[in-house]
Amino acid sequence: MADNNLYCVSALFDTPDKIINAARKTTEAGYKKFDVNTPYPVHGMDKAMGMGQSKIGYITLFFGLSGAVFIFLFMWWTFASNYNIVVGGKPFLSAPAFIPITFETTVLFAAISTFVGMIAVFFKLPHNSHPLHDTEYMKAVSGDKFGLVIEADDEQFERNKVTEFLKSLGAFQVADVYLPEKETYKLFTSGFVIFLIILAIVTSAATYITLNKLMYVVPFSWMEVQPKLNAQEESDIFTDGKGMRPPVDGTVARGELPYPFYGQTNPPEVLSNPTVPTKKILELGKRKFLTFCSPCHGNFAQGESRLNGQFPTGPTLVSGKIINYPDGMIYHIITNGQNVMPSYMHQINREERWAIVDYVRVLQRAQNPSQSDIQEVKKESSSNVTK
Amino acid sequence: MSPNDSGYIKKDLPDNIFKAGSLLLVVGLVLGISGFLVDSYRASFAYLVSFIFFLSIVVGSLFLVALEYAANADWSTPFRRVSEFLAAGLPLLLIFAIPLMFNTGSLFQWSHADYIHSDKMLEAKSAYLNTPFFMIRVFAIIIIWILFYTFIIRNSRKQDESGNQLLTKRNIILSVIFIPVFAITVTLVAVDWIMSLESKWFSTIFGVYLFAGVALSALAALTLVSIKLKEKGFLHPAIKEDHYYSLGTLMFAFTAFWGYIAFSQYMLIWYGNLPEETFWFMQRWEGGWKIISILLIVTHFIVPFFYLLSYESKTNPKKLKFISIWILCVHFLDLYWLIMPSMSKNDHAYSLNWIDFVFPLVFIGVILMVFQKVSEKINLVPVGDPKLKRGLDFHL
Ligand code: HEC
Repeated sequence: MADNNLYCVSALFDTPDKIINAARKTTEAGYKKFDVNTPYPVHGMDKAMGMGQSKIGYITLFFGLSGAVFIFLFMWWTFASNYNIVVGGKPFLSAPAFIPITFETTVLFAAISTFVGMIAVFFKLPHNSHPLHDTEYMKAVSGDKFGLVIEADDEQFERNKVTEFLKSLGAFQVADVYLPEKETYKLFTSGFVIFLIILAIVTSAATYITLNKLMYVVPFSWMEVQPKLNAQEESDIFTDGKGMRPPVDGTVARGELPYPFYGQTNPPEVLSNPTVPTKKILELGKRKFLTFCSPCHGNFAQGESRLNGQFPTGPTLVSGKIINYPDGMIYHIITNGQNVMPSYMHQINREERWAIVDYVRVLQRAQNPSQSDIQEVKKESSSNVTK
Repeated sequence: MSPNDSGYIKKDLPDNIFKAGSLLLVVGLVLGISGFLVDSYRASFAYLVSFIFFLSIVVGSLFLVALEYAANADWSTPFRRVSEFLAAGLPLLLIFAIPLMFNTGSLFQWSHADYIHSDKMLEAKSAYLNTPFFMIRVFAIIIIWILFYTFIIRNSRKQDESGNQLLTKRNIILSVIFIPVFAITVTLVAVDWIMSLESKWFSTIFGVYLFAGVALSALAALTLVSIKLKEKGFLHPAIKEDHYYSLGTLMFAFTAFWGYIAFSQYMLIWYGNLPEETFWFMQRWEGGWKIISILLIVTHFIVPFFYLLSYESKTNPKKLKFISIWILCVHFLDLYWLIMPSMSKNDHAYSLNWIDFVFPLVFIGVILMVFQKVSEKINLVPVGDPKLKRGLDFHL
């Protein structure tokens, strides 16, 4: 065989001491492209081969830290920025809860990057074969022998000298290893394709049957069969056949107080307004008024209904009659309803109802301004002009 | 096998160590006693911090010795004696526990009957937390440790002359028994001495937390002393980078372990958010304690972790010495942070005071003196140990 097909000269040794010694001598002799194969890790080999610290640690560090930063930002974005979810009453961005996942991801990224980095960068992946594979040499070093090869690519490589050199190190066998002749493999032979198709069908079917059928045979009904109530559905647990239960009589919702004058048309007395018309309250009142009252009573409460006669138009709320109503009376009408106007007790909570009352007062004042109000507005607008 | 087979030549440690130790001890004692006279309440807390620090090093070192035997490790054999000598102060725990016995009234609220009867929960706990049983536990634990110490160390020393391999075997058995005993006793120490300072507080991981600090500080002490001795030529000349690297790696591992445990404890309590647990952390998040809490996270975990990450810092003796001293200091800080905030009760507010820092002198002095004394008669390298040669040949 021609010499340009020579891959390396290989030598086999008996003991770990000999191989360490051989590796050290080979380094000292100035060979660069040589390798050692042993059946198990031999301590001290790195030093003997003159190898420095592996650089793989930097890959690990970089990807470990990237993993930490990435997952932390990801959690921040999902939980605290894009779609806020309260979990366990904690703040949206609660670092302690994120740390375990950050830790795991750091480890995951570091481990995977180390592995991939090692086989891709240092072992030069897609190499899926190696000239030493399938040689007598490889069989020996996978068993109980220790091997050293000096590659033909090495600058100092001279076949005879290398052979002599390796023998002088105490190798019991020195042999040449040649590059294998190029072989081509046809990947997609028809037999293989058919095999793939069958494999795909079988695995899909097995998965389908397992997940959709096997998992639901009686011993595995996963708690589907049990007495329970479904929302909006009937049930024979209760004699009236209703699945959803009305609250017990006298139930009071959280944050609500029962309204004492419910159902009375002209209550002898009314509640007094507990709110102070702050800006916040008035803004709430405005929002709720525009939502709930304006369709019938108009945006400015002047009775300019948007209902086009489909429902009796709500009367004006800025007339003298309503101005003279106590706050509690307006509240009463919202809560209780009046004639055709329905009660809004269940749609609008207590605080919001009082806020609406305050806002109605604002509308009334805006349409019947006093002299001082007008002056105040003028002052404000002129000060705006001078600005 | 004659001692010289291994190539180790025994040299006596300089007397200065003993002298420096006794100086520290005397100064510490004078200051400490005046501390007790000035403010015995505060002094008993300050003393407890240093006592646990001392306990960490002596019993932690014994644990490292046992670990070597149990794991059949040979890389650490060349400096096992250093741990053995550091553990030699262990019998003194019996004496050092006495001042605390006289101050249980200051330290532990549960030792007051009227306080116990103010609370159903404390009444239920009083079957365990009561002064007589507490004292029994304290001395029983110390005596158990001393027994193990005596037997293990005696075997190890006998081997120097006889080289008998059976002694290693016996020590392996003793160590394998000692390690679970150590796990239980160290948990009890953590519960009794530190956790019960807050009679109502509980954390099931607390023993492991203390263990992490104990093992870490014992390792740091071992690393520091070994490197110092090696540099001055008292240890075997064949100890090299690879040994240092392993010590550094272990410290690194225990730093990460401490961080892991400390965080686990914090996170579970933070997540559960139950007032009967969280108050302990709240206490340590008030006023100046907040700074110390943050400092602890940075100095006990972040700094050593990144410091020890590189190969270089784990093999460079200078850097290793630095981080060992650092770790010993932060272990003290850790204990300080565990114990001192509990001082603020019964109208005692916490504020920094000189008394807090005088007791370490006593204990460092004692460790130095004992080390010197023991080394006068005993080899600093276990020359008769069958694992020694492999340990010296150790390669990464
Ligand atoms: C579905 C249409 C409708 C909505 C919505 C509505 N109302 Fe009315 N409201 C009416 C009608 C119709 C009347 C006249 C009832 C009557 O004949 O006494 C009325 C009467 C009133 C009265 C008494 C007026 C008077 O002159 O006696 C007040 C005050 C009032 N509404 C306030 C409100 C407020 C505040 C809201 C918003 C919460 C609201 N209404 C929402 C239809 C509505």
